[in-house]
Amino acid sequence: MRNISDRTFGIAGLLLAALIFWRASIIEESFIQDPLGPKAFPYVIATVLALASAFIVARPDPEPDWPRLGRVIEILFAVAVMVAYAQLLPVAGFVAATSVAAAYLCWRLSTPPVWALVAGITIAVGIYVVFHLILGLSLARGPWGF
Amino acid sequence: METLAALGDGFWIALTIQNLGLALTGCFLGTIIGALPGLGPSNGVAILIPLAFSLGLPATPALILLTSVYYGAMYGGRISSILLNIPGDEPALMTTLDGYPMARRGQAGEALAISGLASFVGAFFATWGLVFLAPQLVKLALLFGPAEYFALFTLAFATLGGLTSRNQAKSAFAAALGLGIAMIGVDGQTGVPRFTFGEVHFYDGIDFLVAIVGLFAISEVFLFLEHRGEGDKGGDGSKVKLGRIVPPLAMIRQTTGSMTRGTLIGFVAGVLPGAGASLGSFVAYSMEKRIADRKGTFGTGDPRGVAAPEAGNNAAAGGALVPMLALGVPGSGTTAVLLAMLLALNITPGPLLFQQNPDVVWGLIAALFIGNLMLLAMNLPLVGLFVRVLQIPPRFLMPAVAMISFVGIYGISGSTFDLKVMIAFGVMGWVLRKLDVPLVPVILGVLLGDQMEKNLRRAMTISDGDIWALFASPLSITLWSLAIIGFVLPPLVGRYFRPKIADTAKAEGADPD
Repeated sequence: MRNISDRTFGIAGLLLAALIFWRASIIEESFIQDPLGPKAFPYVIATVLALASAFIVARPDPEPDWPRLGRVIEILFAVAVMVAYAQLLPVAGFVAATSVAAAYLCWRLSTPPVWALVAGITIAVGIYVVFHLILGLSLARGPWGF
Repeated sequence: METLAALGDGFWIALTIQNLGLALTGCFLGTIIGALPGLGPSNGVAILIPLAFSLGLPATPALILLTSVYYGAMYGGRISSILLNIPGDEPALMTTLDGYPMARRGQAGEALAISGLASFVGAFFATWGLVFLAPQLVKLALLFGPAEYFALFTLAFATLGGLTSRNQAKSAFAAALGLGIAMIGVDGQTGVPRFTFGEVHFYDGIDFLVAIVGLFAISEVFLFLEHRGEGDKGGDGSKVKLGRIVPPLAMIRQTTGSMTRGTLIGFVAGVLPGAGASLGSFVAYSMEKRIADRKGTFGTGDPRGVAAPEAGNNAAAGGALVPMLALGVPGSGTTAVLLAMLLALNITPGPLLFQQNPDVVWGLIAALFIGNLMLLAMNLPLVGLFVRVLQIPPRFLMPAVAMISFVGIYGISGSTFDLKVMIAFGVMGWVLRKLDVPLVPVILGVLLGDQMEKNLRRAMTISDGDIWALFASPLSITLWSLAIIGFVLPPLVGRYFRPKIADTAKAEGADPD
């Protein structure tokens, strides 16, 4: 089937609109009340979203250029590394965590591993020097204080 | 005269050592950001906002820094367009058409010089336009009540796709998505939580800075991962010979008309809601081609084809600040990001800004004049320096950008939860870009959702629930009509205006202005 991406996207949009509609309908109203209340505007948004989605389903654009599966996995891995980075930042401290994450990204953007590590450490130390030591921004402190 | 006096006060504010230093830093960083492919004005400004914010800069200096970056990026975009045939950002797309052929003929230096001059002319006169037009618009805005504001916000969303929009349903989708995200959190008027799914972190709503940095900067990193190894983007700026970097007088005389027309068209395109600098340069180029291209030299390295779009995009950048400052409704991606900056500093743009914080407004405008002179000085003799910056390959640049984004967001809240939300927005931004859904309406929705709802509910409270109050005044009817026309017209007439190049793969994923 042609244009499957846009159709899927439109259907996802319709589901999202339904979700907004349902979550809006169960908002508990408080005793302070204005004529419109907290539900009306979300209803309007859900309606616009549903109409736009329906239109996208009805008249989809040509299929976009999706990457090969390998590259999708590549992006998923990058996401995983970033989430792990966010999680470990307060534990391992800024310089250590950032060196690893930046090195990973450099490596995946086709830098040879050893140089990626050097680049990662350079980026982390560079940011630390500029933003923490010079500009005084507070960064995550790890067990070693940096 | 009143305006000029205010501007004079503005110069007193801008001419402190700190502010001059910030303007210089901003211009320098901006030019680099604009020149580097993959970093454009909106994501450049987006990653710097959290930094300016966590550094604790007061409003005026922070705004001076960031608008200098904005102006600088508009100057810088042309450098990689001319030297590498890769637009540094979307508004610089048109500059590739004649700039790159000039560079291949060994006139790279002249192309850079004439485009630098055109950028200066465009930005300088647009800043004067801002000085005189914004106060007039403020007078009009003082007549606005909640109903008119609601109509105005709708107008901004309806026209945001502008003439370059390819699919209005997707623009509407993006706007609704952004507004939906803005609804998350405790309702300000009645105190009930909405769409929080019981997650305490969501009670304060989603910080728009997190959304912006995720959508613009992090998604860019994913795009680079996806396209790794497909042709080395950047990195060969050294191969192009600069040649002379002073344009001959004859060339300046030849391009004067182009610059003037480009400036005018660009400024108007910038002021109109939802157009922004890309449209400014597109229209300036196409008009110039129609008016001046008698010998068919456009596209083969005609200096006028470099001067017109550059004057156009820089003039549009200044023009886009008019509705942002005077009405609080940004017309383009980068001004939306600047609006986020103001909101983060608890400053609401609009008529009240001119009355309550004239120092912010006029200090900023004065800084723009100073920044322009600095940019001209930087971009003519020092252009070789920026050319060297182009040699930083993306494989080192993009990781650094990602890490700086994390630093900025972490610096604001120190919360890993926000970092994860930012990553989620990055993934969302990547998917939306692949599906050709514009990101700017999403940002605008997240930014304006709260105010839009507040105005709607205030209007309904005043009218006691009568929905027709929204269409009661001539002003609001005008705004509604413009919104409808602005939404319906582009698909009908767009094909005549839209430059062919904007439909090609080169424009795909380009950073919006």
